Amino acid sequence: MTQDLTLAAIIIGILHSGIRLATPYLYASIGEMFAQRSGVLNLGVDGIMLMGAFFGFYSVYQTGNVWVGVLAALVVGALMGLLMSVVSITLQAEQGISGIGLYMFGLGLSSLLFKTVLGTVEGVQGFSEIKFQITPTISLYDIPILGPIFFNHSVLTYGAFLLVPLAVFVLDKTTWGLKIKAAGQNPEAADSLGVNVTVVRYVAVTLGAALAGLAGASLSISLLNIFQENMTNGMGFIAVALVYFGSWRPYGVLAGALLFSTVNALQLWAQVLNLPIPSDVAVMLPYLLTIIALAMPFRRAAQPAALTRPFTRGEN
Amino acid sequence: MTTTENLLPSGLPRIEHLEMRQITKRFPGVLANDHVDFDVRAGEIHALLGENGAGKSTLMKILYGLYQPDEGDIYINGERVAIQSPTDAIRHGIGMIHQHFMLVETVTVAENVALGLRAPHEPLLDLATVSKRIVELADRYGLQVDPGAVIHDLAVGERQRVEIIKALYRGAALLILDEPTAVLTPQEVEDLFQIFRHMAEEGHALIFISHKMDEIFALTDRVTVLRDGRVIGTKQTKETNKRELARMMVGREVLFTREKKPIQPGEVRLKLEHVNVVGKNNLPVLKDISFEVRSGEILGVAGVSGNGQRPLAESIVGLQHIASGHVYIEGKEVTHFPPAEMYKIGLSYIPEERMHDGVIKDFSVADNAILQDHERPPFSRGIFLNFKAIEDHARELVRTFRIKTPGLKTPVKNLSGGNIQKLILARELSRGPRVLIAAQPTRGVDIGATEYIHARLLEQREQGLATLLISEDLDEVKALSDRIMVLYRGEIMGIVEAEKVTIEELGLMMAGEKRLTVETSAS
Ligand SMILES: Nc1ncnc2c1ncn2[C@@H]1O[C@H](COP(=O)(O)OP(=O)(O)OP(=O)(O)O)[C@@H](O)[C@H]1O
Ligand SMILES: [Mg+2]
Repeated sequence: MTQDLTLAAIIIGILHSGIRLATPYLYASIGEMFAQRSGVLNLGVDGIMLMGAFFGFYSVYQTGNVWVGVLAALVVGALMGLLMSVVSITLQAEQGISGIGLYMFGLGLSSLLFKTVLGTVEGVQGFSEIKFQITPTISLYDIPILGPIFFNHSVLTYGAFLLVPLAVFVLDKTTWGLKIKAAGQNPEAADSLGVNVTVVRYVAVTLGAALAGLAGASLSISLLNIFQENMTNGMGFIAVALVYFGSWRPYGVLAGALLFSTVNALQLWAQVLNLPIPSDVAVMLPYLLTIIALAMPFRRAAQPAALTRPFTRGEN
Repeated sequence: MTTTENLLPSGLPRIEHLEMRQITKRFPGVLANDHVDFDVRAGEIHALLGENGAGKSTLMKILYGLYQPDEGDIYINGERVAIQSPTDAIRHGIGMIHQHFMLVETVTVAENVALGLRAPHEPLLDLATVSKRIVELADRYGLQVDPGAVIHDLAVGERQRVEIIKALYRGAALLILDEPTAVLTPQEVEDLFQIFRHMAEEGHALIFISHKMDEIFALTDRVTVLRDGRVIGTKQTKETNKRELARMMVGREVLFTREKKPIQPGEVRLKLEHVNVVGKNNLPVLKDISFEVRSGEILGVAGVSGNGQRPLAESIVGLQHIASGHVYIEGKEVTHFPPAEMYKIGLSYIPEERMHDGVIKDFSVADNAILQDHERPPFSRGIFLNFKAIEDHARELVRTFRIKTPGLKTPVKNLSGGNIQKLILARELSRGPRVLIAAQPTRGVDIGATEYIHARLLEQREQGLATLLISEDLDEVKALSDRIMVLYRGEIMGIVEAEKVTIEELGLMMAGEKRLTVETSAS
């Protein structure tokens, strides 16, 4: 009997962590999806996340206001996105390389800032979990099983999940979404109808990068409430992979993010519970899964045809 | 001062007179436009005629803001205008139907039409209204399109209709039509001409490019002939004739009749038995297709685009999965063979969508000339390419087919549309095929080159080639084929002797209103 209870608790714990850990992936991947749908591969997501994480954290550290942190992360992410846009859209640099450059820039600068202005790892009071108090005595959190899984997260986590249908809406129901899809699929056609491909790509990349900044902040002011050098640990690269995994569609990205974060949660719990799995193998698991899923050939068909291809009108 | 007289029924201001003066455009190694003067007036349809590579599309792309001229100016109603981009062109009331499709393949017809237009409740996309207007336009003008269809799933003829709807929807005061009829059936062309005439009557100005002389005479008021980037002359269409125009274009006399020698067909080269192909949504796209093509025979395939022609070609080539049935080449079963195998055993294929399926547009002319054969001698030895052999081969193709290109290293996308088509033809015919699948082989090819290509197809026929000729040009099908097969909704409506059948009978069969007994083999 007690064993059953523990098992239930563990499963609830894993699912809860899965949802929680999906937060940064969702922001970053949905953002990256917009950039890629417009035809720009931004590999610098991880660097942008680190910058967002730092500035988000530092703003909260200074002001004590979490929303100032969110704003700072969005702004610094957008600035990084503008930088990526100038280099890859206006100057037409090879996108893969400039993205890696942006990553290294973000990694280096966030570490430098950390060392100069903070020095040591400190904590802040970040976003707290909402328990959906309905009356002083009743909250949604008290619903058995579902409560502890779904109704015990921060605003940023709920925001990340709301972003998914919002992204679908933007892509399929707005003129902007249509322009983004056209710019990534057939920029010549878009251009011939008077769509400014350059502007559309700038907007998509910058918006995507702002979301990557927020993804970073969701780590530093919501999930962990600390800032550490290189605290993303490559999450930004997984976020890029999730876009491929999700076939460039928001719900696909959502499925990928949840799968990845749940396996990750499983892996963490396996370590916590001291299961007889070597921890290196456990840590490898989610990445292995990503590689296997990415290797599925049918996904490639959905790739935006002009992804990584700079656009110049007509003459060549 | 704008009076209502200066407005079109759609509310757009008229372009009374548009003038291009002394336009010059150079590309590396080519003088595409050489001091060209060209003008068009409201209410007029002005044809632009010239061989492949004469500079027609270049001139029109300059007018639409896609290229910038090196010299020369554009005047609208006497005022100089700067057209730096399509956005500028659109603002001046200029619209264009491009020679190559400008469609976003992964989204729907309605989305393609809506792209770039201001929506009533920006930024909300109002596809319902757009779809409704598309259906209205489609009904009014007899252009069948389903607004909800994804471009991906449409045949070339259907895509062309989408391009036309796109232009009509936007309603331009001046409409540039760069070979809009190349893939349409005669009936569709006739319907389209009604639209164009109506537009001219309303006060629109139209520029029309086509290689089909009959169309020039049926539709246009004036015609300007370009050769090698220069204007050879401008004539009132009524005061000239085919021969004169052809001579202006080519610089020599052109034959308009084809000589088809009677020959006895030989052994069966290509045979299909009860082939069924299933498309998207599990709908059948080919139903129980059986026929034979013999050595020395051209079997024409007529039918309105989208009735199974493309699946037919692709299922033989190995690009489309065959649900049931068998394909034989020279008696050997080749069902489910991948394209590489098919090419090896002597199949050649001229696809209908040349830019997408026929060439790799960023590759050079030389590389495109050996696409399927790069792994075979003399083009390679072991893992090494033999550049000399490749260039010699490409040079030979360019020479014999008179492909206009600055060089063998020029990327194919910089060639004019007709010259890309000639390159594909040259490549496929030079491979010494046993069986040829030719879809729209002379689409967008000028009259001189069409004459040449037809002669080559007939010559190959005499040498024993078995050809499946898929074309929407009924005159072409009738002139070249020994027998004609008509496809309607994926079914064979009949296979008839080309000599005996009339265009009217073919028309009825193509519309699905008449079915003839099917004889699968020439006897
Ligand atoms: N972007 C480009 N770069 C280099 N050369 C080009 C480019 N566009 C066109 N050309 C060259 O300019 C010449 C004129 O081409 P254009 O496309 O205007 O011919 P066209 O008259 O439209 O022929 P077609 O009937 O085959 O369509 C050709 O020799 C072509 O190779
Ligand atoms: Mg052209």
